[in-house]
Amino acid sequence: MSSAVLQNLVNQPYRHGFVTDIEADVVPKGLSEDVIRLISKKKSEPEWLLEFRLQAYRHWLTMREPAWPNVKYPKIDFQDISYYSAPKAKKKLASMDEVDPELLRTFEKLGVPMHEQKALAGVAVDVIFDSVSVTTTYKHRLAEVGIVFCSFSEAVRDHPELVRKYLGSVVPPGDNFYAALNSAVFTDGSFCYIPKGVRCPMELSTYFRINTQESGQFERTLIVAEDNSYVSYLEGCTAPKFDTNQLHAAVVELIALDNAEIKYSTVQNWYAGDEKGVGGIYNFVTKRGLCKGVNSKISWTQVETGSAITWKYPSCVLLGDNAIGEFYSVALTNHHQQADTGTKMVHIGRNTRSTIVSKGISAGFSNNSYRGLVKIGAKAGNARNYSVCDSLLIGDKCGANTFPYIQVNNNSAQVEHEASTSKIGEDQLFYFAQRGIGAEDAVSMIINGFCREVFTQLPMEFAVEATKLLGLKLEGSVG
Amino acid sequence: MARKTLLEVRGLTARVAGVEILKGIDLSVRAGEVHAIMGPNGSGKSTFAKVLAGHPAYEVKGGEVLFEGRDLFDMAPEERARAGLFLGFQYPVELPGVTTSSFLRLAYNTVQGARGRDELDPLEFDDYVQDKLKLLDMDPAFLERSVNEGFSGGEKKRNEILQMAILEPTLAILDETDSGLDIDALRIVANGVSHLRSPDNALVLVTHYQRLLNYLTPDFVHVMDQGRIIKTGGKELALELESRGYDWVADEYRTRQAA
Repeated sequence: MSSAVLQNLVNQPYRHGFVTDIEADVVPKGLSEDVIRLISKKKSEPEWLLEFRLQAYRHWLTMREPAWPNVKYPKIDFQDISYYSAPKAKKKLASMDEVDPELLRTFEKLGVPMHEQKALAGVAVDVIFDSVSVTTTYKHRLAEVGIVFCSFSEAVRDHPELVRKYLGSVVPPGDNFYAALNSAVFTDGSFCYIPKGVRCPMELSTYFRINTQESGQFERTLIVAEDNSYVSYLEGCTAPKFDTNQLHAAVVELIALDNAEIKYSTVQNWYAGDEKGVGGIYNFVTKRGLCKGVNSKISWTQVETGSAITWKYPSCVLLGDNAIGEFYSVALTNHHQQADTGTKMVHIGRNTRSTIVSKGISAGFSNNSYRGLVKIGAKAGNARNYSVCDSLLIGDKCGANTFPYIQVNNNSAQVEHEASTSKIGEDQLFYFAQRGIGAEDAVSMIINGFCREVFTQLPMEFAVEATKLLGLKLEGSVG
Repeated sequence: MARKTLLEVRGLTARVAGVEILKGIDLSVRAGEVHAIMGPNGSGKSTFAKVLAGHPAYEVKGGEVLFEGRDLFDMAPEERARAGLFLGFQYPVELPGVTTSSFLRLAYNTVQGARGRDELDPLEFDDYVQDKLKLLDMDPAFLERSVNEGFSGGEKKRNEILQMAILEPTLAILDETDSGLDIDALRIVANGVSHLRSPDNALVLVTHYQRLLNYLTPDFVHVMDQGRIIKTGGKELALELESRGYDWVADEYRTRQAA
């Protein structure tokens, strides 16, 4: 059992790498004001939204791609990307039965429950294929309690006042390079609104899929939880295998008002490129939650296993007094994958608390960095933060880094940071082997133990899926 | 009726990092026997134990080893374990995040599966393991801790014998299980091991000291020096080594070789 043996365990073929043969309506490559006007027109958008896009675009033109992440990739030619791709629909769909059967088969292959009667007990699903929302299940049942859960385009059409009020309120169009790009060209996404006092009776779920080669995916998610409400939201992602890189630059905004709680869980399994590092998704995503109300709470839980490059920092702005922000993350990188991921906890209100638990697993030639900011504002009396960042190395060609940034402007704050790096060693695997346990089971046991704190935060179905996914990703890296 | 031979080692040579450590070992262990391997530091005792268990850092250069008639070197380390070869580690490895109960259960079920026996579910396994804990006077709370993490030296050694009790190996090689144990712990561990003896299994004790052998009387005592077994005797040899040290054995061996 050498480190070569370890490598094999991580070398699991990507199972979602097929392409669906479906006719797509693709806007020619390139980006300009005309392209943005075309996208807006295709989506029959109101004037204010076009204006939002154009302002973002003009701002984007003045910005530069960030160079600070600890990742390396060739310069992206933003004129060589198609900014809109939609499955061609012959007419407006009235029900699930009219969805292209080819598309349904795709999601069946992926194991996504699109038929409501087949859906896993109590999970409502919104499906985004390339850039367009294909279907949303359980919509009517949710509407009975006043919950709006629909595609972003529908929300713009049916609830323009809500979208206009909150869009860009957490991640302003000019926030960063990729957020600006997204604000200019986003095509669809999910929208969710939980009214006052409502506890969402089921898990809400969005499933993202990039299908078309050379198209980017720029979706937008906006979740608003009114006073005393609760919602748990799940996000899953896959893409076919292409030997070119595809850009995914999403923006997710969460708003929690007084006493509201939003739990946002992601299992990200975008195509990561092959074992030589060719192809794969560039996942440059801005996710931020605003704990606007008193006693509000936002939890991010993410299991990041895919993408050639991951660059994302799901963050919490703790504005309301007593607000709570949480970030639980497992990031696994293998082969030539690179991840620079972490969180920002910005404490503004009094008695605000945040918890960061980050678990990075690196294998192959990959590089995995945690980057996190804990900022305690001048008025955030009695703010508390607890951070723990653990890295686990498999083999000796991979890397792990931790970049914690801590800024404290109030001397009543308590900030704790712990970090550790460990390695799955030959002696550990030999110990397992001597008790009859083979390398794959051994690695899976070590990794499950390593990730336990994060997995327990995931909803049950997702926890099972995440455990399996990590097992698959690592299969063959020990052998 | 002659007892079955469990382990047959012939002319075994092995290296680590290019240096030859084992220079031709012969040893035969039959069911029901207790063998003690003694010798000064660096004589190759622990290497011998690890080579038998299949540690990847050691390279076998020559000779052969049969375990119940099967070529041991045709078997991966986990296959050897499943076939009933157990190594009690001198320095048990820590497995952070892996709970002792789940580790023990997976080990047990894997080995049981290889023997064609039924696996136990977590509740059944808990009943099974409680009896074994009593044997070694161990606190059940320790099942919830990560394997060996933060354990004292004595706890680690007890944990090794607990695993032996759970897996019921045919051949157990205990590598300095007695080192780092105080008198009380030594008695508990030795009694535990003694309890596990049967006419069908065998013990190989790698040790520096006579004291463990007071509890586990060896049928054979082997002295290792510079990668070879240079003398074999009965239990009285251990007592003689205790009083006279090892040098005289080495001198005797050299004289014999020169002759």
